[in-house]
Amino acid sequence: MRSMWGMLLGLCVATAQAAITDVTLDNGMRVIVKEDRRAPVMVSQVWYRAGSVDEVNGTTGVAHVLEHMMFKGTKSVPPGEFSKRIAAAGGKENAFTSRDYTAYFQQMQKDRLELSMQLEADRMTNLQISDELFSKEIQVVMEERRMRTDDKPQSVLYERLMAAAFQSHPYGRPIIGWMNDLENMTAEDARDWYERWYAPNNATLVVAGDVDADAVIALAKRHFGTLPVRELPPRKPQQEPEQLGIKRMVVKAPAKVPYLLMAWHAPTLRDWQNDWEPYALQILAGVLDGNDSARLQKSLVKTQQIAASVGAGYDAVSRGPGMFMIDASPVEGKTVAELENAIRKELQKVQQEGISEAELKRVKAQVIAADVYQRDSLFFQAMQLGEYAKVGLPLEALDGRVDKLRSVTAEQVQAVARKWLQDDRLNLAELDPQPMSGQPQQSADAEVSHAH
Amino acid sequence: MPIKHFFRLLLLICVVPAAHAALNIQHWQTTQGARVFFVENRDLPMLDLAVDFPAGSGHDPAAKPGIAHLAHGLLDQGAGGLSDTEIAHRLADSGAILGGRFDRDRAGVTLRTLSSLPEREVALDVLTRVLQQPAFDADVLSRERRRLLAALKEDEADPGEVASKAFYRAVYGEHPYAHDEKGDAASIALVERADLEAFHRRHYSSPNAVIALMGDIDRATAEAIAERIAGGLPQGAPVSPLPAPVPAKSQEQRIAHPSTQSHVLVGALGMARDDPEFFPLFVGNYVLGGGGFDSRLMREVRDKRGYAYSTYSYFSPMTHAGPFVLGLQTKIEQTDDALKVARDTLRQFIVDGPSEAELKQARDNLTGGFPLRIDSNKKILDYLAMIGFYRLPLDYLDTWVARVEAVDVAAVKRAFAARIDPDKLVTVVVGAGSGSAQP
Repeated sequence: MRSMWGMLLGLCVATAQAAITDVTLDNGMRVIVKEDRRAPVMVSQVWYRAGSVDEVNGTTGVAHVLEHMMFKGTKSVPPGEFSKRIAAAGGKENAFTSRDYTAYFQQMQKDRLELSMQLEADRMTNLQISDELFSKEIQVVMEERRMRTDDKPQSVLYERLMAAAFQSHPYGRPIIGWMNDLENMTAEDARDWYERWYAPNNATLVVAGDVDADAVIALAKRHFGTLPVRELPPRKPQQEPEQLGIKRMVVKAPAKVPYLLMAWHAPTLRDWQNDWEPYALQILAGVLDGNDSARLQKSLVKTQQIAASVGAGYDAVSRGPGMFMIDASPVEGKTVAELENAIRKELQKVQQEGISEAELKRVKAQVIAADVYQRDSLFFQAMQLGEYAKVGLPLEALDGRVDKLRSVTAEQVQAVARKWLQDDRLNLAELDPQPMSGQPQQSADAEVSHAH
Repeated sequence: MPIKHFFRLLLLICVVPAAHAALNIQHWQTTQGARVFFVENRDLPMLDLAVDFPAGSGHDPAAKPGIAHLAHGLLDQGAGGLSDTEIAHRLADSGAILGGRFDRDRAGVTLRTLSSLPEREVALDVLTRVLQQPAFDADVLSRERRRLLAALKEDEADPGEVASKAFYRAVYGEHPYAHDEKGDAASIALVERADLEAFHRRHYSSPNAVIALMGDIDRATAEAIAERIAGGLPQGAPVSPLPAPVPAKSQEQRIAHPSTQSHVLVGALGMARDDPEFFPLFVGNYVLGGGGFDSRLMREVRDKRGYAYSTYSYFSPMTHAGPFVLGLQTKIEQTDDALKVARDTLRQFIVDGPSEAELKQARDNLTGGFPLRIDSNKKILDYLAMIGFYRLPLDYLDTWVARVEAVDVAAVKRAFAARIDPDKLVTVVVGAGSGSAQP
């Protein structure tokens, strides 16, 4: 199918379309390998199906706190040593926590994969969380929260809007956790989390790069294959009850420019071959915001000149429910109400008149090109594999998505706009800028030369 | 253990060639004097291209800072008979992505396109119009100016932005690197269409252009593309160099802000891109604050004391000495404690230098990680553009590993001591004195 696309486009995609190997070890750990021999490097990622969605009230943020603690030592690898050994081997490493998963990665020359496996296997079962190191690291996490959320008015607004939009589903809680939960978190909370979710049968290893799949799997068997299975707690669906009417909120925070965020509940991809709405919603986002003169930009930024910026977004791939979002900030002298009206008019146009074939073709051309471009990044390719695996989608869905997107019709785009972008599903938040507490001026232009 | 064997074998075969994974960089000049840097690579059916000019904010006319940024921003908002919408739609229709980059030295446009002829043709046609014939329409100018004003206002609410702007002003004083890259509200209000046209004529000229190409085309095609781009550019003279900055006097600024954290920046003039001690400074800084979890700042400020999520130091090499910057963010109440730890760490490093073990760790990481620096078309394109713009030797990447390996403790100590005087630093703290929020 893919090569037919290539011909249609006059592309030459024949070159080594990377093979994907996908196996499950006896203890339930999944191993996915993508060979890509463009450069003598590899990326190795260990994904745990444990994210903020699995947390409970009172300990929000613990998934992310544990991610921090994973660098703080095991029985055989002292605190700080993990990073040091990877660095000495020329590696780059880090980790990330999302709503759906927590993942750890190393990027290195291709022959250094075994080191990364040794260390990851070790911390999968042998992590030690000391009270002392925890007490320092929780301070670091609170600083991270201040930096990422508390001092960014748009992030505060996003956090509050999600909390209002999801009344029962855990997506209403911030990944980084509420500050009060962080203030009251204990090392024991982190240990509990680790014991509950960190096990080979809850993990997926993704390796991409200039590697041999058989050799990678043999190595994985050696390092991860002997780790003990752990019984995982049952996961409840916690389905969000249907929203029964528009929710509006105002967020007041020190800021200079107002901001509007609109979020509609929307479906996500479950049955990748038969679902069509998530693909149509993706195309809709592209029609609204896919280029510098897409509908929203053209109308709000260029023609009416009421917005400094405007955007639309939708993510079809997640463990839980989805959201279709539009955000905007006004230019001086324009209001959030004017932005909202203009956005509503654009949405009504799509709902009533549909979209043009030219727009549909344009978005599809971008999808097809992006599918080529993303192959320039090994890391991104590994990310996608891990993400699909962790939300429970088959890997064929990743390969099949371009065809699926290409088969979306203009009628389908109109249909999802009508069905999902309705007021009864809408959550809307407005940032009401507050004075910058006192004087934003410099304090007497203090020019103190300090005496050491 | 056949597998172990297999890996040992890989190790032997690969480590050496990987470290010297030489790129075949082809270089020539167009007939109009633009300098071209090209790497052919047929792995993916795509082409990346960058065209850079000495047209960053350091080149703003003194009376109207902000011209350079507006000129750059307006390039693709109408050009060569196409409206902004036609430009955006043609690019999207062909799947191409037009990007931009802008700093104090450099203004550039990047293009990523499929290498297949029909798509590539459309994308290159748009690119050449954008570079050669920007319309600088007066209505578009006033629209973009209003958007920019909103962005500048938003910056005022962001303690990191406030700190960064104050830091550059303090380090560079009267030098053209001092003002914000976007200019300021008062000055951009004065910018007229004629200013943009004059700036474009002078700075976006072929003798000033550096064209980098990476990807799925052959040499003849690359030559033709470069000629086509450079051919229609203004023919002006090379831009005259900026004056050299002079070191700032020691100072500390405290700026009130209603944030929960203070944003702290400490620094001084650092190094130019062609500094003969580039490598000792670069490698040494890994130990101080460039090596992430491996660095002294991270250990002292974050790991031992939990003062900050992010703390770092870096040199930002520019045409002239770019800044040396040490930074952290911490909750208001512990600002002075964290600042003291950071300053002490810096002072100690400058007095003692790195240990042998620390420096070995830095060299091992940098040389071992070299293949990761050139593992994608995008990264290679950025190196080509940098080598071209800063006139680095063509074998820059070939000698990179050896030059890192050659750095010793004495060289690091000497290089830091010659540039960073711990008693003559600029310090900016934003967030203190606001009497604000957070218990």
